[in-house]
Amino acid sequence: MAQRIVVDPITRIEGHLRIEVEVANGKVTNAWSSSTLFRGLEIILKGRDPRDAWLFTQRACGVCTYVHGLASIRCVDNAVGVTIPDNARLIRNLLMGAQFLHDHIVHFYHLHALDWVDVVSALKADPVKASKIANDVSPAPKNGPGDFKAVQARLKKFVDSGQLGLFANGYWGHPAYKLPPEVNLIAAAHYLEALRQQARTARMHAVFGAKNPHLQSLVVGGVSCAADLNPDRISEFLYLWKETMDFVNNVYIPDLLAVAGFYKDWGSIGGTTNFLCYGEFPQSAKEPESLFFPRGAIFKRNLAKVENVDPAKITEHVKHSWYEGDGALNPAQGETKPKFTKLDTNGEYSWMKAPRYNGEPMEVGPLARVLVAYAKGHEPTKKAVDGVLKKLAVPKEALFSTLGRTAARAIETQIIGQAMEGWIMQLVENLKKGDTKTFEPYQMPESAQGMGLNDVPRGALGHWIEIKEKKIANYQLVVPSTWNLGPRCAANKPGPVEEALIGTPVADPKRPVEILRTVHSFDPCIACGVHVIDPHSNQVYKFRVV
Amino acid sequence: MELERKLQKGLEPKGVTRRDFMKFCTMVSATMGLAPSFAPKIAQALSSGPRPPVVYLHFAECTGCTEAVLRSTYPWIDELLLETISVDYHETIMAAAGHSVEEVLHQTVKKYEGKFICVVEGGIPTADNGIYGMIGGKTMLEIAKEVCPKSLAVLCIGSCSSFGGVQAAAPNPTGAKGVSDALADVLKVPVVNIPGCPPNPINFVGTVVNYLLFGKLPDLDDKKRPLFAYGKTVHDQCPRRSHFENGEFVKEWGSKEAQMGYCLYEMGCKGPETYNNCPLVKFNDGTSWPVEAGHPCIGCSEPNFWDAMSPFYQKL
Repeated sequence: MAQRIVVDPITRIEGHLRIEVEVANGKVTNAWSSSTLFRGLEIILKGRDPRDAWLFTQRACGVCTYVHGLASIRCVDNAVGVTIPDNARLIRNLLMGAQFLHDHIVHFYHLHALDWVDVVSALKADPVKASKIANDVSPAPKNGPGDFKAVQARLKKFVDSGQLGLFANGYWGHPAYKLPPEVNLIAAAHYLEALRQQARTARMHAVFGAKNPHLQSLVVGGVSCAADLNPDRISEFLYLWKETMDFVNNVYIPDLLAVAGFYKDWGSIGGTTNFLCYGEFPQSAKEPESLFFPRGAIFKRNLAKVENVDPAKITEHVKHSWYEGDGALNPAQGETKPKFTKLDTNGEYSWMKAPRYNGEPMEVGPLARVLVAYAKGHEPTKKAVDGVLKKLAVPKEALFSTLGRTAARAIETQIIGQAMEGWIMQLVENLKKGDTKTFEPYQMPESAQGMGLNDVPRGALGHWIEIKEKKIANYQLVVPSTWNLGPRCAANKPGPVEEALIGTPVADPKRPVEILRTVHSFDPCIACGVHVIDPHSNQVYKFRVV
Repeated sequence: MELERKLQKGLEPKGVTRRDFMKFCTMVSATMGLAPSFAPKIAQALSSGPRPPVVYLHFAECTGCTEAVLRSTYPWIDELLLETISVDYHETIMAAAGHSVEEVLHQTVKKYEGKFICVVEGGIPTADNGIYGMIGGKTMLEIAKEVCPKSLAVLCIGSCSSFGGVQAAAPNPTGAKGVSDALADVLKVPVVNIPGCPPNPINFVGTVVNYLLFGKLPDLDDKKRPLFAYGKTVHDQCPRRSHFENGEFVKEWGSKEAQMGYCLYEMGCKGPETYNNCPLVKFNDGTSWPVEAGHPCIGCSEPNFWDAMSPFYQKL
């Protein structure tokens, strides 16, 4: 007999998400993803100055900060028909690169790790053994027995205080946790270390972007930080970049490999079918040809054939969402007319719309990016992916999984980080030649349409604008988390997370840590998805086992 | 001396040098306008237990304020979480999920009724009985009404919980409001607004320190903002102020004037009407702030700034 489990709220994500699953014989047989907050940004934007849009849209999310700002700026650049100077492109790329580095480190350690790492078990570890294991996989400093002993003592003092704070009621001791105490201790030590590293990594944003979160140095036509293009600022950025890359190379990647080695069974759980990537990091004004991460779509896991992306094939469905109508519209003509009914998994159950490409649900994000790049023969990606598969001794098919998704995130962090060095040097070369241009003037047209396609840490992100009488007439965002976490579409096809959850084992329905693993592997980030869930009418709203 | 030795002993195993810690304490006392001799007292306030319980609620928001607090460097965020305060409920970073975290929330509120600090991030949707924002099957409005009045004090972090924020911008489709406004009928405990989009974490930490040190909340202005942070306008503290006085203005992005760091008034800077300490403390460990990056202030710590201060690139 199948039973229903509701996890609400899903924590360690940005935003408000509710997951309901049906479990039979210890495995998930069906799943529904509901976004439970509607903010109405698209409605708020109507009638405003198009140049202001980016400041509003950046507030779609403070975790993905910058990306909705940049997406909007690119969208309005496109609408007004301006080509930005080379320096502005490089600064924007460097800020986006810094966003990936920061975001992926925080996701791995602070949002995802506790699904795999049992912090309480770390108290039982032998610090000397932990030091030996750590030194075997990484040359990082702070791997001495004394370092791990100090961390363990600190954790113990914390636990002994009886005030467990953030760690209260975790699923500690759950049989799905497989790491030995020593590896748990190493990971817990790096959880704390990463808390500090991320603050330093975020400083890269402040160097050319004023502050983080919510940068303030973009303008339509370029960037505003003309006075910051000096040797002091560039070396400050370079230093922070280098420090971050040391952490990525010597801590993040070795940790990923060490933890993954104990969870190889997750290489066949949590996969999806189709993948979409808009591509990112323009290397010149030519798009999509010059994109560092290529644009493409993969269907039915067929890596032999990457299709070109045609934005006209994107539609957003609202049949199972709390919006008026049943239609499926292209975002250029999209509507946002909220109409809450009640949460009914057979009917409407989310504030997210359901985006589809050519009618199909598409996974977006690190795995999609890495698969498209890999299939297109992108050299650094091919090398990194093959290296990780070999080290873990798993077949290529293991990429299509929760484990593959988590590994792809680490792989691309390293690849993007390495590419950033080249962009910094190009900036230096330009300045040496006397090219200090950061802005290209433009005229705001009476009416125009624009589109900005981006690939951001969580996946394919598109903004669409329609300008009339120099004001915003319509604005639509189709964001990564609606691609990944959106509900069923008009054809009742489940969204990627709903599909990925099917087959996930659940050892103890009261402590469904396995569900969190797959949901978190998508790095859900929901505030941008605009959307509520049902109140008290719903029988299962108390998310207990029913 | 005794105190200093004790502190040194307590902090070193955490990987914090005494110098780091005192640097923070001096910075906080400077932010709060206290004499430097207060620095050791702040250090003591921050490192003696038991840790005050904190319930951190997320409503209609973007999590940018949480992210801002995570960037705290003096003290580092791990010290705040492990040794300074006890964050018993915080959806973005807590280990548990679903039913288990709901239990934590209820237990904390019950156990520490009248004693916990309630931090709120995000506006509260009030239209259509609050159905635009729900957590665990309850509206955010219901949760706020249930939890906030039982706290010792409510700290509203960011412009959304202070004044409604971006979702409250016209036409405010969800009827989003700040905490003081949404809970006007039921809330009797003190409220401190720490606006900004997001606010500088130093102003949040400064408020907490004020409480730990003096056992009371800081002095506030008429918008419930701590005077130590929001007592002067950005314009009055701006390092580009002399350019304003000399009539030296940027008139186009990327121009020579922009490269020379002239005044951004003509480009739409809202510094003259905005109360905040950005030019003084700057962001991300003192790295920069909007005007330094050549961009006008958008007035993000003022009520209703999304409507009142926009279009943002239009001269005041």
